[in-house]
Amino acid sequence: MNLMMERLNTLFRYKDLLRELVVRDLKLKYRRSFLGYLWSILNPLLIMLVMVAVFSHMFRAGIENFPVYLLSGQAVFDFIRNSTTMAMYSVLDNGALIKKIYVPKYIFTLSKITSTMVDFVFSLGALVLVMIVTRSAFTPYLLATPILVIQVYIFACGMGFFLSAANVFFRDIQYIYGAFLVAWQYITPLFYPIDLLPQWLRSIVEWINPAWYYVEHFRDLVLYGCFPTMRVFVGGWIWAFIMLVLGLFVFKKTQDKFILYL
Amino acid sequence: MEQDYVVDIENLTIRFNLASEKISDLKEYFIKLIRRELMFQEFLALQDVNLKVKRGESWGLIGVNGSGKSTLLKSTCGILKPYKGSIRINGNIAPLIELGAGFDYNMTARENIFLNGTVLGHSRKFMQEHFDEIVDFAELHQFLDVPIKNFSSGMQARLGFAIATMVRPDILVVDEILSVGDYQFQQKCYGRMREMLQGGTTLLYVSHDIDSVRELCNHAIWLEKGRVRKSGLVDEVCDEYMQVNR
Repeated sequence: MNLMMERLNTLFRYKDLLRELVVRDLKLKYRRSFLGYLWSILNPLLIMLVMVAVFSHMFRAGIENFPVYLLSGQAVFDFIRNSTTMAMYSVLDNGALIKKIYVPKYIFTLSKITSTMVDFVFSLGALVLVMIVTRSAFTPYLLATPILVIQVYIFACGMGFFLSAANVFFRDIQYIYGAFLVAWQYITPLFYPIDLLPQWLRSIVEWINPAWYYVEHFRDLVLYGCFPTMRVFVGGWIWAFIMLVLGLFVFKKTQDKFILYL
Repeated sequence: MEQDYVVDIENLTIRFNLASEKISDLKEYFIKLIRRELMFQEFLALQDVNLKVKRGESWGLIGVNGSGKSTLLKSTCGILKPYKGSIRINGNIAPLIELGAGFDYNMTARENIFLNGTVLGHSRKFMQEHFDEIVDFAELHQFLDVPIKNFSSGMQARLGFAIATMVRPDILVVDEILSVGDYQFQQKCYGRMREMLQGGTTLLYVSHDIDSVRELCNHAIWLEKGRVRKSGLVDEVCDEYMQVNR
């Protein structure tokens, strides 16, 4: 308990560093670009337009309001993908600093996840735009979105801790994870309806694909105007905390050795 | 009295994997695991080092390249964890191991003051209060909104030094950083360090410039191949060191 308090104290002491790092990421991302932060909205919008053009004829049958279906899934998955990918490099990229000044190393991982979360929230602007254009209903359930964001944030932190630690020791992780992400994206029903999958694959996806829980959760709020089923809701929390515990465990176990491999 | 020591290092041993062939991918790892070749050639950067520093003392760390001076400093700062032995620190540390470690070269000086300050563990509010003081010391008023990738190395060093020494730390750890920067600025830095020493700050100082060690420090520790060769009053240690390394 005491140790726990001490950890929280350290985190509190470095909260301003976390803030500075997040602000830096956001500032530098669009510095010298003409449209600046607008890209956070424009980028998903452009990708969605392409995907709608490509896929809407293939899968339109099973899906009402395909643009919103696509964009909502894509937004959540991009959040997971971008945050974990950025987090994977977080310790490695700050190696020079970690070698010279004592800083709690998880701050760097946390900052990457946080700045991607802010980016994700911006990108919801694109979703709102598309919802207006497609005349979707705005229901009060939309207000429950922050709960989903917290779930995904915790999940991404867990994965981020794991990946950033693993990447220090085995650089191959970068390539493996790249391939893994492609596979993961395709077994997550982002641009196709889940009933298109054969039954056996479908049950696998619905059990062990955490992204499915979050995508489903978000679509319930945004597209179907209802609260997610208990299974999706609770499952999302369970996945988030399993991942967090695993990530923290691996990170904590290995962090004192980082410096020897950076 | 035990509490009098601000730095208390006992039997410190630091081990490195001398990564002669660095294993950094999974395939190699498993091959080596199966062949049982995973044993690294180990290298002890420090062996059984004892160092007890009282409040207000200033210690110079001397020795040839690779003797473990920087390793000792880094473990004092908590960057390296001891393999054996213990390190007890009593007070807050300002590390000056590399000026401007933690700068982001794409950001402006203003942004970097806040970034680097928080890296050192200060709060944003604290940095705001001391902002002018830092800028004054670094003499960078007109360049505040320039990305520091456009700064000269001397200017970067000035900014780094100003940020790191803005607090009055209990322990100041300095690793040969003043070689950049012009004479005038070096004098200014020495001045600041002397001022802190008078204020009761404890100094750990690494330099190859024996004269500056003699000038700033009252004690010295001489490391050779990771072991303490001699430690004691600065003149005794430096005299012997100079004799041997002549």
